[in-house]
Amino acid sequence: MEERRAAELAARQSFGKLVAWLTARCGDVAAAEDAIGDAFLAALKQWPEQGVPRAPEAWLLVVARRRLIDRARRDRTLERLLPELDAAAPGMDPETSENSMEIPDERLRLLFLCAHPAIDLGLQAPLMLQTVLGLTASRIAAAFLVAPATMGQRLVRAKAKIRDAGIPFVLPGAEALPTRSAAVLQAIYAAYTTGWNGDGDDGRDRGLTQEAVLLARLCAALLPEEPEAAGLLALLLHCEARHGARRAVDGSYVPLLEQEPALWDADLIAEAEAVLTQASRAGRPGRFQLEAAIQSLHAHRAVSGTVDWSALLGLYDALMALAPSAGGRVSRIAVLAELAGPERALAELEALAAADPALREHQPWWALRAHLLQRTSQAGAAQQAYRRAIALANDQAVRAFLLKQSGADCPG
Amino acid sequence: MQYAVLIYESEQDFADRPSLMPAYAAYSQALAEAGYMAGGQALQPTHTATTLRLRHGERQVQDGPFPDSKEQLGGFFLIDVPDLDAALTWAARCPAAERCAVEVRPVLAMEAP
Repeated sequence: MEERRAAELAARQSFGKLVAWLTARCGDVAAAEDAIGDAFLAALKQWPEQGVPRAPEAWLLVVARRRLIDRARRDRTLERLLPELDAAAPGMDPETSENSMEIPDERLRLLFLCAHPAIDLGLQAPLMLQTVLGLTASRIAAAFLVAPATMGQRLVRAKAKIRDAGIPFVLPGAEALPTRSAAVLQAIYAAYTTGWNGDGDDGRDRGLTQEAVLLARLCAALLPEEPEAAGLLALLLHCEARHGARRAVDGSYVPLLEQEPALWDADLIAEAEAVLTQASRAGRPGRFQLEAAIQSLHAHRAVSGTVDWSALLGLYDALMALAPSAGGRVSRIAVLAELAGPERALAELEALAAADPALREHQPWWALRAHLLQRTSQAGAAQQAYRRAIALANDQAVRAFLLKQSGADCPG
Repeated sequence: MQYAVLIYESEQDFADRPSLMPAYAAYSQALAEAGYMAGGQALQPTHTATTLRLRHGERQVQDGPFPDSKEQLGGFFLIDVPDLDAALTWAARCPAAERCAVEVRPVLAMEAP
């Protein structure tokens, strides 16, 4: 099963590369993706019978190009591509060539295309998963909790917009690069968190976390000048490292501080640390690098047995100055409670909600409040807060955890 | 590729137009000098608009614009630029971008008969 998964992930690498190559030449990402998809299907049929060709990528490209040319003959809107496609056949002979032609990696342009500001924000991650990794609409729909037909339709529409609105298949200029890179990273992060949340306890397939990590790896490799790309990769690797520890044997949720470090994946942590160190050399901290550094401090518990709360608070302060968020502010106060005591933390939590009333609909705000109330011996109020947190939880395992916690904190 | 830069204005924006005329003139000139200007017009305010529908051969004529919303189409520029990124760059320079909203839409290319 793991081997099949590995083979599948390897094939995903080729998919995006070939789609990017073809898109660069035919200018239509939807047509390119269809053709490459067809070629992969043909490979699935033919390769087991006739063996894998010497140059598999060239083979796929020859088939895809042929499909596209066939279609262009029938479809007048694609007709203009014919001369381009005829020209784009530099020594592609999958059977005779010793090694395939060197296919240039143009996936970075594909990533920028998917995260173009003219594309609906909620569709950028799905679009990447489909065009860069070749995931089916129904697989993406399952992770994003939408009906497969709906997701399919939205993706078709997004790709039609790319073609008809004339969104260019180019790398952004230096001026736009920082914002455009941030959009790409944000979309990958969204793909990961969707996968993470979707990774429930009901025996379903894992979410798209591995696919998101693959995208983050790709991005970090293709954007070596952007330390935030490495920061995102480090963050996701730290999260991945804890995959085996965040659920108990019975499937129940285990919060980070109660996780058994022995269950963390030491290789992934080591890789995350190396990537983050590399990123920090640029001397340009950013949101993802800071979030990765926070996870890195937690990971250090595997070695030191303790958490450096004051360093953690410093990182949260820096993160909130750079990229404030409701979740981040609540987490920061949880850290503060360890340093300044629960009374001070409760006061800050109250002040936070006074400034931002929406927090009263935020499950972590109530969960932290409940915990702090319990620590200051206000059992009745704690019980009430737990009830609110439980009502707002949308993950079965988290709900069960809060129930258990409220029972332990407030016996009777 | 040709794009229409559609300018959507509120009542107030319509009223404030005279003060913006120099900015629009400069914008038009910049477009023309860059070689991207393909046309455009400003429209009279919405109280001059009449909406017509033909239903079963019957004319249904209504006073007012379609649709009746807070912001209304106030005019447009037609620009001829390489791609959407260039179109958005020029749309951002339009004086309306800062005050009201501009919508960028590719022009449907018609084949020559």
